[in-house]
Amino acid sequence: MIKTENLNISLPGFNLHDINLSIEEGGFFVLMGPTGAGKTVLLEALAGLVPVKSGRIIIEGKDVTRLPPEKRGISIVYQDYALFPHLTVIENIKYGLRFHKVDKKETKERLDRLLHDLDIEYIEQRLPENLSGGELQRVALARALMINPRVLLLDEPLSALDPRFKEEIRSGLKRLHRVSRVTFLMVTHDFVDALSLANRAAVMNEGRIAQTGSIEDIFQRPISKFVADFVGMKNLFPARFSGSRAIINNLKIELGRIPADSHGYIAIRPEDIVLSRESFTSSMRNSFRGAVSGIFDRGFYYEVRIRVREATFISLITKKSLFELGVQEGVEILISFKSTAIHSF
Amino acid sequence: MTKKEPFFWITISCGFVIMAFILLPLTEMITAPSLSMLRETIRDKDVLRSIWLSIYTAGLAALISFVFGTPLAYLLARTDFAGKRLVESIIDLPIVIPHPVVGIAILSIAGRNYWLGQIFSELGIRVMGSVTGIVIVLTFVGMPFYVNAVKEGFEGISPRLEKVSRSLGASMFSTFCRITFPLAWRSMLVGIIMCSARAISEFGAVVIVAYHPMVAPVMIYERFEAYGLKYSQPVAVWLVSICLILFLVLRVLTSPRKKET
Repeated sequence: MIKTENLNISLPGFNLHDINLSIEEGGFFVLMGPTGAGKTVLLEALAGLVPVKSGRIIIEGKDVTRLPPEKRGISIVYQDYALFPHLTVIENIKYGLRFHKVDKKETKERLDRLLHDLDIEYIEQRLPENLSGGELQRVALARALMINPRVLLLDEPLSALDPRFKEEIRSGLKRLHRVSRVTFLMVTHDFVDALSLANRAAVMNEGRIAQTGSIEDIFQRPISKFVADFVGMKNLFPARFSGSRAIINNLKIELGRIPADSHGYIAIRPEDIVLSRESFTSSMRNSFRGAVSGIFDRGFYYEVRIRVREATFISLITKKSLFELGVQEGVEILISFKSTAIHSF
Repeated sequence: MTKKEPFFWITISCGFVIMAFILLPLTEMITAPSLSMLRETIRDKDVLRSIWLSIYTAGLAALISFVFGTPLAYLLARTDFAGKRLVESIIDLPIVIPHPVVGIAILSIAGRNYWLGQIFSELGIRVMGSVTGIVIVLTFVGMPFYVNAVKEGFEGISPRLEKVSRSLGASMFSTFCRITFPLAWRSMLVGIIMCSARAISEFGAVVIVAYHPMVAPVMIYERFEAYGLKYSQPVAVWLVSICLILFLVLRVLTSPRKKET
């Protein structure tokens, strides 16, 4: 397990405040946040590459805050992979071994397994300058795992790759995590990475942890306006709560439960809002009539904005549905959503 | 082909003017002495001695710059600290100070009425008119070229490579030896060439600190003063050719050999 306790870092022009994280052993943890939130700095602090001002870093019960990077057993894979350009692939991978007391047989097995699992046997003797992006990444992963680290830090490993291969690489990473049984901590700003790979996550903003918890908590139950907005809860309204209802302006929304506070926010993911021309019977407790106020092409889907009295809701639909429903600007339409799809905080 | 603007022709003409400006005097000087004169000059023991003195004192200056300048260049490339700009300007000072002033400055600390000069004389080290003095002067003027070239080389190496190396278990020293040095040594070589080239060409400062033993530029000047242009040219040709060959050999010996592609 990795734990940070009130970690504070002060760099010229950049600070991290009171970072409290706990990452279970063997887990896959993602760190998300907008650019400049301090994700990479936090990774480097865990690895001992930037100085810590106060607080503690504990790995497997041992305080490593003052240990130099080479004594921590934490590997890091950077976005640009940072392979040693003057060493061949195999020299890169074996680089860390000479600094560790290793069992020859075990090392040989690990090397063979990594070369095989990552499919890099055929490039062993090449120099990094002659590798493709995907190959560079696999070599960087092999190099990092070769020393059998306690934790593997991944700094946006997928962002520099061709989107076509992302899915394949994601499943590769997942398999690698499973077989290596190493704790993975990955920085990403791709929600698909987070949802498909991790079990726990944290969202960072302006040098602080905005929220940490299970993936489901982060995406379904954000605790602040920032996180809700960040994870794509595009329908975010300040609301007054009365009984089991939330009131936005004069729109009454059934929550199906009684919130703790009298004021707060409600958030609904756009994909949870169903559009229809006619009312229909379903388990959805909330249904409102509104008018389409905008349609935006978002590539694979359309974002439709529906004005219901003073509130504007956002829904995502496919091109097919857009066509079938005859959605056009100004058209009157029904929006429906389940009360369980509403998150209040 | 599109019609070129007049500006294009201005750039081309200026280029030609500059090429001619540099090449005309040099080719004229190199081609002026006859072959027999060149042969005679190189048989002259004094000439050989002074060229050799020039080369090895410049080499020593480069070696000293390498030993002391490399860590400093690394520090300047990797860290940010208050006063870094000041340190960088101080390193550049020897480049901008007039050469005789450098000589005078060095003599003033080596003199008997300065504590360093007293220590030197007690140790039996003579600066004025000695090889030691020449090496000190050449290091003084050559060091900035070494430090700047190597600093630039270090800056071109991603700090992430060093960070990864550390995380893989290498200490700072191992990281420097295994990652930073192999990637930076080419810039160190450039630094050594720049530093020694600058040192070989030094005249103004050397002539004040040590007229004797005579380095090649001083000898060229002396021959010019005593016998005129015709007698100084052959020495100059030999100095320039030997230096060019040396640098060329250094370059070729260390040119990148492709491992495999």
